[in-house]
Amino acid sequence: MDRKTLKSAAIGLLNNMKTSLPLLLGVLLIIALINNAIPPEFYARIFTGKRLIDPVVGALVGSIAAGNPLTSYIIGGELLQQGVGMLAVVAFILAWVTVGVVQLPAESIMLGKRFALVRNGVSYLFAVIIALLTVLTLETL
Amino acid sequence: MIRRIVQKLGAVWIFTISVGVLYLVIVLINPLTALAGLRTFLSLFKKILPSLGIVFFLLFVSNLIVENKKLLSFLGNKTRKAGWLIAVFTGIVSAGPIYLWYPLLSDLKEKGMREGLIATFLYNRAVKIPLLPMMVFYFGFKFVLVLTVYMVLFSVLNGYIVEKLVRLKGERI
Repeated sequence: MDRKTLKSAAIGLLNNMKTSLPLLLGVLLIIALINNAIPPEFYARIFTGKRLIDPVVGALVGSIAAGNPLTSYIIGGELLQQGVGMLAVVAFILAWVTVGVVQLPAESIMLGKRFALVRNGVSYLFAVIIALLTVLTLETL
Repeated sequence: MIRRIVQKLGAVWIFTISVGVLYLVIVLINPLTALAGLRTFLSLFKKILPSLGIVFFLLFVSNLIVENKKLLSFLGNKTRKAGWLIAVFTGIVSAGPIYLWYPLLSDLKEKGMREGLIATFLYNRAVKIPLLPMMVFYFGFKFVLVLTVYMVLFSVLNGYIVEKLVRLKGERI
């Protein structure tokens, strides 16, 4: 491998870092703020107990929440114990890991606004659909 | 005036500066919340550093060895089953938060990777193998198995639909 190729690869990396590092710092700062602003107890309060509305609400809250997926499993487990329906909990967990409202500005800048909006919108719908299919499959198994 | 500022700074810096301004406002309203936020930020930053290193290393390697023509044959518009399988597999095994992968995906997109494969990769980021035992602990084995199978299957459908919708007006993202 010649020096010219190495230099060109390093320049490409530096250019990418110039764009991505400030963006990542911004995303991390927002996630840190949300993690502190929304206490885990908040999540149990937003569910209505209605079988049709709760999955939509769960997916909506999961889309806005940010952080480690493990946190979503723990909160999901707590929600089940508090009587929140399985459908709502699955939609909540799925949206937490597949939809990212907090990361949307960063995703738009790096991958395109149209792509980011469509991907997050489709993933939101899929969170509700997969939750429904998972619960139905588990009930019939 | 605003347009000129946006053009000069670029969307990236506008976003980052806006977040900084938000923190300054919170410092004025509730300094403790801002301080807690900064502490969490530092802790998160330390956690993601190894994964960030891996992503930048992969980016360097892709700049070094990935030729556009070769990449296009696997991940470009003419890709068949192999491209989708690669997107599913790499999405599942990739580590770290989703936003860490935006720089690499943005680079691969510029080299010709199709939107559907990017969406499929990002969807499979939700299948976290190291966290599966924890999920089994909370929800049971049968639940995790059914959910994981649906997620992997729907990830390809997700990629397909996203690509169709993104290209609906004949424009690439």
